[in-house]
Formats: sequence, C-alpha cells, structure tokens
Amino acid sequence: MFDFYFNFPLWIRMPLQGVAVILVLFPLAAACSMAERKICAWIQDRPGPNRTIAPILAWIPGMGVLQRLGLFQLAADGGKFVFKEDPVPGHVNKLYFIAAPILAMIPALTTVALVPFGAYLDSAGRLVPIMLANVDVGLLAVFAVSSLGVYSVILAGWASNSKYPFLGSVRASAQLISYELSMTLSVLPVFLLVNRPGGQGTLSLVDVVAMQSGGWHGFAAQSWHGLWGVFYLPVSAFIFLVALFAETNRQPFDMPESEADLVGGFHTEYGAFKWSLFFVAEYCHMIVGSGVFCLLFLGGWNLLPWLPLAKLAGLLGVANHPLLMGLLGIVIFLGKVAAFIFFFMWVRWTIPRFRYDQVMKIGWQRLLPLAIANLVVYALAIAWLQPRTP
Amino acid sequence: MTEHPNAVLLLFLAVALAFPLGMIGVAALWARVFQRAKPGALKNSIYECGVAPTGDSWIQFKAHYYLYAILFLIFDVEVVFLLPFSVAFTGLPAGALLAMLVFILLLAEGLVWAWHRGHLEWK
Repeated sequence: MFDFYFNFPLWIRMPLQGVAVILVLFPLAAACSMAERKICAWIQDRPGPNRTIAPILAWIPGMGVLQRLGLFQLAADGGKFVFKEDPVPGHVNKLYFIAAPILAMIPALTTVALVPFGAYLDSAGRLVPIMLANVDVGLLAVFAVSSLGVYSVILAGWASNSKYPFLGSVRASAQLISYELSMTLSVLPVFLLVNRPGGQGTLSLVDVVAMQSGGWHGFAAQSWHGLWGVFYLPVSAFIFLVALFAETNRQPFDMPESEADLVGGFHTEYGAFKWSLFFVAEYCHMIVGSGVFCLLFLGGWNLLPWLPLAKLAGLLGVANHPLLMGLLGIVIFLGKVAAFIFFFMWVRWTIPRFRYDQVMKIGWQRLLPLAIANLVVYALAIAWLQPRTP
Repeated sequence: MTEHPNAVLLLFLAVALAFPLGMIGVAALWARVFQRAKPGALKNSIYECGVAPTGDSWIQFKAHYYLYAILFLIFDVEVVFLLPFSVAFTGLPAGALLAMLVFILLLAEGLVWAWHRGHLEWK
C-alpha cells in the first residue's frame, strides 16, 4: 500500500520523516506545557488558565469546553513566541548566544529517531519494530546523543555573560554529568539479562522489549518471560527513574533553573523564540526519556504483562493488518508515555526541590554505590543461574 | 529497500540542525520586516533582579565543580568499558566474569577513595 513511499530515494524520505517527527513532537511538547499548567492548577486546587478564547470561534457550541481546558491559551502562547521582539542583550557573545538554543534542539530531535515506538507483524510473521534509525548500538546511541545536550547549557550560560545564567549553567552541567554515571550503570543489568549466556549480543531497545514480550531468542519460554523489567529489575528501574528526573532537570532536581535563587538559570537572558527552543528541547527530552523508560522497564508496546502485542493483535483480529497493528502498538506505547509524563508532573508539584549539596550527595554517595552493587549482584546472579549446557 | 541506519541518523541530524536555524531565521525576518527591534539602555543591561549590576560577570566560582568533572571523566570511561562487557556477556567464560568483577572493584575502590578523602562532600 505504501510501496511508492519506500521507492523514494533516501534523501527525500529522511527530510520528510524529520518534518513528520517535528510536526508530532512540537504539538506534543506544547500539549505537555499546557498539561503541566493544568495539572499544577488542579493539584493546587485552582482552575488554571481558562479565560482565553479566539473571538471569531466563540459562537461555535462546545468551544467553552476547549476554553476551560486552556487550548486557546496554548495557541496564544505559541504565537507570542514567534511574534515578540527577540532581544539580544548588548553584553552577550552573539554567536554562541544564538548557537546555544540550536544546539539544545539537535540532540532533542535526533534521539527521537533512535527510539522504537511500535511494532507490526510482516507477511513472514516476524515482529518488525517501527523506528526511524535502527542502529546496532541502540541505547548507547540514545545516551551518546542526548548527553550532548549539556553543551547547550554550558554555552548558554557562558555566552550570556551574566552572573545568574553562569551559575545556573555550571550547576546544571555538574548535575547532568553526575547522574549520567548512575543512569548508564543502572541499565547494564537489563542488557546483562538480554545478553545472558546463550543469547545474542545486542544493545538494541527492540530486543529489550522482545525479552519482556516473552518471545526470547533461543530460549524455552518460562513463566516469568512475559513479565516487565520493573518487576525483576526494581532497583535498576528506581535508579534510572531518579537519574531521569535529574537528567531532564525536572523539579526535585530543578537546579539549573531554580527560580527562587537563580531567577531563571541558564536561560535568564533569553527571550521569545530562542527561549522557546530551550523549552521545547526540555519537553522533548522528557518525552524521549519517558519512552526509553517504558521500553526498558514497562514492556514497551505490550499492553499488560503476559499479554504481548502480537497476542493482543491476534485476539482483536488485526494481526494480519500491519497498519492497524502498528497503530495499536503506537497507541499503547504513547499511552504509557503520557501516563509517565503525568507522573513527572505529579512529582514536580508534590515534592519540594533539593538543596544543591543534597543533589550532589544523592548522586555520588547514594545512587552511584547502589548502581554498582546492583550491577555486581545481577552479574553474579545471572552467571550463577545460567542454563547449564552439558 | 533498506539503507544503513547510520545514514538515516546523519540525515536526521541535518534536519534537526536545519529546523531551528530555519525557525530562528523566519523569526528574525519577521522582526526585520514588521517590528524592528527597539533596544534601550535598560533592555541591554545585565539582568540582576532589577538591581544595577555590580562588578564583572566573570565571577569566581567554586573550584569544587572541577573535582566533580575530573571524577566524572574517570568513572565515565570505566562505565563505557562495561557496556561491551554486557554485550559480550552471552558467551563469556567464568574467568572473564572474574576479571570484570575485579575491574568493577577498581571502580568502586576509586569511589571509596574519593569518598574517604571528602571529595564527594559539597562544602
């Protein structure tokens, strides 16, 4: 059905897919920002933004619901980003000042290409993942690209040539590198399990989901194979979760921005569209981070433990329709990501921010030893319990 | 028809670069044509909570940040070595596992050393 599309040369298809990703990600990020304001309002028991409405649309019945949901507020805010004056203060280093938000967007958009977000059965009955760039190194590539985001923070703070942004960027970069260690160490047990003796050597996120779907390369199915990672790797999941909050600069680890003591952190001197690029990049990181967490520990596109996508599609009778089954997988995966983003916001408006010394203490003296111990325990346990071949 | 995934990634990187550049260009063009920038002395000044800025913005900051950066460099290189280990775990003999445990022990030892010296305390 879509063969004509796959006959296009690569250099036409990739920009099209890139534009498609941007067209999906930008509204998603905008919706996240709106959801954030609404959820914060509901948690604090107030209505949130509910006044704005476009006068020419006000006569349509049902617009009141969208008005109360703040949809027009979202549109107005988005429009303001483009049309407001974009001040470049006189004291900044102009080249790096403009380069920093661009540099923030690049890793945020590129990591999306590396995350599988659904799967379908091809005519041969194999499960094909839906992703843009199925590179061999999988998760390592996600880490490598997303950790480039720290450069934009440093560059923004340095180029602003101002005290608060500078302090914010130094703090942020120290925090980002501190939690990166625990994050990388926490995913190693997952891949020890995927690559346990007799399996295939891989770092691909698709194989992690395959492990949680029960269909395991070259193994007799066992009862726990359909279980999700969070149940047999709880410590890893916990460390990854905390490190994810720190890596995306979300509230309990809101050091780079910390409105109270650094006014706005590294983007204090930014305004209009350049600021919105930082903003969108942060939400993109959040979406991709939630996606990676869902893939690693929450079963990816499988609806329930022991109910993998292939089985569910069989029950619903869509296993023979690649399009319907792909959509089903994407809907399940996006649902999980949305639930996870809600969790992000719930935590943000519930838990107060840590002090900076506490952030460093949690990162280096709590999470890192825990991650190392976790790795050793799982390496020994998996080596001990491996199926002994005579 | 399949292509090398790295080529896909490279092209995607180009799109990710072109998009913010293009948008900033459009915003700049809009500003140039419809609303010229109106700079002023106050708008151009350094933001310091409404107070007149004092001194240089190239301030001294804690040297402790450097210690964390150096510690990170040491540990990150070691963690990168653990990733191939986890991939090769599938066909690893017991001796290799032991060697890797010694390697992790060295990593933990470095952490204990830095902890003992008080480098991990934020003072």
